[in-house]
Amino acid sequence: MMNTKDDMGLELRGLNKILGGRVIIDDLDLSVAKGEMVSLLGPSGCGKTTTLRMIAGFLPVDSGQIMVAGRDVTALGPDKRPSAMVFQNYALWPHMTASKNVAFPLKIKGLSKIEIKEKVEAALELVNLLHHKDSRPGQISGGEQQRVALARALVQEPDILLLDEPLSNLDAKLREKVREDIRELQRRLGITTVIVTHDQEEALSISDRVAVMNSGRIEQFSTPQDLYRQPQTEYVATFIGSLNRFEGNLQDGQIHGGTDVIGIRPEDLTIANEPLEGSHPGIVELVIPRGHFFEVVVRRQDGLFRAFTNENVPTFGEHVHVKIKKALRYQNGKLVA
Amino acid sequence: MRTIFRPARLLLNLSVLLMAFFILGPILWLAAHAFVSGWQYPHLYPSGFTFTWWSKVFMDSALKTAIKNSLILSPIVVLLSMVICLPAAYAAGRMNYWGRKVFMIGIFSANSFPKIGLFAAIATLYYTLNLMGTFVGVLIIQLLGTIIYMTWIPAAAFASVPRNLEEAARDAGASKFRVFRTITLRMAMPGILVAIVMSFLASFDEAQGSYLVGAPAIYTMPTEMYSLVQNYPIQVAAVFSILLALPSVLLLGLARKHIMGGQLADGFQLK
Repeated sequence: MMNTKDDMGLELRGLNKILGGRVIIDDLDLSVAKGEMVSLLGPSGCGKTTTLRMIAGFLPVDSGQIMVAGRDVTALGPDKRPSAMVFQNYALWPHMTASKNVAFPLKIKGLSKIEIKEKVEAALELVNLLHHKDSRPGQISGGEQQRVALARALVQEPDILLLDEPLSNLDAKLREKVREDIRELQRRLGITTVIVTHDQEEALSISDRVAVMNSGRIEQFSTPQDLYRQPQTEYVATFIGSLNRFEGNLQDGQIHGGTDVIGIRPEDLTIANEPLEGSHPGIVELVIPRGHFFEVVVRRQDGLFRAFTNENVPTFGEHVHVKIKKALRYQNGKLVA
Repeated sequence: MRTIFRPARLLLNLSVLLMAFFILGPILWLAAHAFVSGWQYPHLYPSGFTFTWWSKVFMDSALKTAIKNSLILSPIVVLLSMVICLPAAYAAGRMNYWGRKVFMIGIFSANSFPKIGLFAAIATLYYTLNLMGTFVGVLIIQLLGTIIYMTWIPAAAFASVPRNLEEAARDAGASKFRVFRTITLRMAMPGILVAIVMSFLASFDEAQGSYLVGAPAIYTMPTEMYSLVQNYPIQVAAVFSILLALPSVLLLGLARKHIMGGQLADGFQLK
């Protein structure tokens, strides 16, 4: 993809990092468009936080290049980079009030007192926290602390916003609301954002594109829909969502012995009482109500199939016919069309 | 008013009272003696109140010199100790280098020997260096006693400053020095204040070594106490003891607000 300088958000070129003799980041490339929200998703130890810390400048790269808004920042310290970070535990300065926390970056820039006051209040207003401007971090809730941290980052008017597991310290109920708030704010301000998370639901629901990471590399970088429907590697297919995974080949709607890996999403199975074209019979072993759909486990002669359905829900022990509508085929871990 | 009998509560109150008496008793005794003309067995009450002993202390040139020496020495000792030890404390608290543990334990173990032996050894060294009976000599002796406080306590304080808070400041555009000044130092301040108070008291109360290398040329308040107890009425010693205790009380009172503030725990959401 060709980028003109104007629409460049973030570009990582051939990043490498070895820590304690272990390869943490392995020749990583990533290109984020201006105003885009991108998640780095992966299990712990996959290198997502290391990548974020290298973008912020807390960790030097062993080799490679980091470009922010078309400018090479690889050699700059964190104080000189046009990025702002919201830390996982917010990292507010406990000896300063909310407004002092937010004012700190502006004070360093040397803005006038009046300007600082204006911008701080605007930033706190943006996160709906103006009423807590004189509270210390210890006096407000975790969610409010996070909003102060967000205001402190936004007030810097950064070219890129970095969020490290922004929702992990919030309780489940608050999480969804904050997720939407962050997304809405990000869209409104049009700010390029990189968010690190281990939670696939969070990544899929908040991002324009998701980079799934595995042992220091990006396995796949695409939209949430593509990631789910067209996982390019077996790793991504099993990591995102649930999957019926078989070793073998698919012939006439049935799994036969072989060396490929077949992945079938539970919603890509049809369960019927009567035989369909390409279906094969089986017996229902388990029916689990999942709220707005049912999870049905059927044993066929060629294996155990887990299907999601909300019509024609069978009962335990019933003889049914299962048809594979769509399957993903992997050879050596890579998707084969 | 509720008059429910609570034995546990009563016992607690009683032991607090006992403790207070145990700590304050001697001071009360001193305070009483500092203001009475005479109070001896078998008399139940003192023979009269007077300020004579106070004027005696402030008129006596030897005692006045001792007070002056102490008040000049201790602040210099604390300042020097800070200049020497705080960088070392920062290094020990924040950096991981070879021999760090040995260094810290070494400082600790040097304080675990009977000091009088060390002072005797130092005295022989002082004779060759012509430091016996000098201001600098006493200063160095007192400085040695503060090192353990000025390294161990601030090292722990520096170590406990969360790195994230410094990174957040770096991210906000602050230079390394500015981060140190506005975040690290600021957050380690309660620990450093404790170290300052402890060091001041260590220096102010130091008698053994100061006497050994200082007397008879340099007397400080504690070393003056030796001759005081032998050569003056007991009430003069009482007055002097109160003067000796005064700085500690003042310092602790001043530092209390900052130390008890507990900002370090406040508001930093730990995982």
